[in-house]
Amino acid sequence: MTSDVSERTALPSAPADEHLLTARLVAPRRPGLWISAAILLVLAAMLIHTLVTNRRFQWPTVRGYFFERSILHGLELTIWLTAAVLVTGYVIGTAVAAARLSKNPVLKSLGFGFVWLIRSVPMLVQLLFWYELASLYPKLSLGIPFGPEFASFKTAHLFGGILAAYVALSLDVAAFSAEIVRGGILSVPAGQVEAAQALGLGRGRIFRRIVLPQAMPAIVPASGNLLIGMLKATSIVSVIAVQDLLYSAQLIYNENFQIIPLLLVATLWYVVLTTVLSIGQYFVERHYARGTNRRGDGFARLFRRNLPLFNRAGLAAGGRS
Amino acid sequence: MSTLAAAVEVRGASKWFGAHKVLDEVDLTVCPGHVTVIIGPSGAGKSTLLRAINHLEKLDAGRVTVNGVLIGVREHGTRLKELSERAILAQRAEIGFVFQAFNLFPHLTVLENVAAAPVATGRATKTEARERALELLAQVGLAEKAEAYPGQLSGGQQQRVAIARALALRPGVVLFDEPTSALDPELVGEVLAAIRALAGGGTTLVIVTHEIGFAREAADRVVFMDAGRIVEEGPPGEVLDRPRHPRTREFLSKVL
Repeated sequence: MTSDVSERTALPSAPADEHLLTARLVAPRRPGLWISAAILLVLAAMLIHTLVTNRRFQWPTVRGYFFERSILHGLELTIWLTAAVLVTGYVIGTAVAAARLSKNPVLKSLGFGFVWLIRSVPMLVQLLFWYELASLYPKLSLGIPFGPEFASFKTAHLFGGILAAYVALSLDVAAFSAEIVRGGILSVPAGQVEAAQALGLGRGRIFRRIVLPQAMPAIVPASGNLLIGMLKATSIVSVIAVQDLLYSAQLIYNENFQIIPLLLVATLWYVVLTTVLSIGQYFVERHYARGTNRRGDGFARLFRRNLPLFNRAGLAAGGRS
Repeated sequence: MSTLAAAVEVRGASKWFGAHKVLDEVDLTVCPGHVTVIIGPSGAGKSTLLRAINHLEKLDAGRVTVNGVLIGVREHGTRLKELSERAILAQRAEIGFVFQAFNLFPHLTVLENVAAAPVATGRATKTEARERALELLAQVGLAEKAEAYPGQLSGGQQQRVAIARALALRPGVVLFDEPTSALDPELVGEVLAAIRALAGGGTTLVIVTHEIGFAREAADRVVFMDAGRIVEEGPPGEVLDRPRHPRTREFLSKVL
């Protein structure tokens, strides 16, 4: 490099090259990051403070009712109703997704129609419809369509509160899970199916061994949402007097007027269940991340990444994740 | 009637995509054990022809036989009736296929990718399939990658696994659809070497490619296609060095 050129290109204050080679790299200061973090920490401290110091939360009463027999019965009903609704809903939902993806125009339209109808009607209305089915169809019969009937039931005896809740919520899950499953299947590249076909694999095996495992990473997070949403949505059955977790709490506070503590009891149980489900979702997601580079996230690393302020390495990583 | 001498025989193959005729009464005969390379410009119908040979693409007219067996259809009086899915799948197992985009199964290890089909189609026990898979991986130089996932391999390595996978069912015919087109230039050689190693081993190879140098050196027969037709075919020395048809000369002058 001639001195002539360097005079024209170099800035007056530019240090010599040797300095640059040994200089330490300093990250830019981020005052905004620290200020916003400080504000949020203060707000969090205020929240914890009021939870602890406001006597009207009545934590001793909460503790007294937390393991109350009727609350635990309600909890049990909430858990198995959610489980039954999810299993039934996903079986129907997967079938509906398959119908929507089939080449048969009748199945396609029926699948679309089902999803459209269920998603259009509010869940509460569906629940009341099934509960009041007896006034719409007093009698249900088993027989040949438009032909003779073999057996019939009085609907009023058939549809109690729990069955109405089970049917209504299952159909709701079916409609939403159908779209989740369909989206997952569509996310698998067509070349995967072609490659499996070229190897002589049958349709059922291709779906189970090739398509479904690759659709799962797209299906699991959305399903976690649906599952947790449904866990809490089962509390809607309190309107038809099914004794779930929330309704059990309501029955108690209707007698003793301890409204806030009993709502807190129910809330804390929902929080516990949601936490368990979230942890389960994490492990299911990790299982289906096989073959991708998302696998290495241990729980500890996940936490560190979400608390970047306590870890300088995490601060840099936080920007990317 | 198909001659028993041909490994692959295509007669009067036509195919439309909407109003566009991608295959226009194509006739092609491939001798057993030969390497046939199909070249031609994009949109000439090369891939469609290749995919029709294992019935990934249905023909609108014409028929394909592999080792004397009609593919995808059976004669029913004067008509051709499409076979059941099960029968088509059984036929496909006799024909290996290597895709441009590899299409390895990302959630299975390299070994599982290669061993999956023989186990799934009931042609081998799990142990047999694994042994055979390890042999094939060694053959393409990737035995040490058996437990890796496809996402951890380079493009060239992935395509070599795909070749091993296509060979796992011991097919008589292997079809290659632009096997090096999705690769970085420096990875093309290793894949072509793996294909070359198969030539002369008794397996019939049909390869769609843009690698003219490879065609000249490895092919027994070169087929030039344009606009859905076979324009000319013959030994590489003739088609590549002394093309008779002006369209062939024009194409070769652009790619060489």
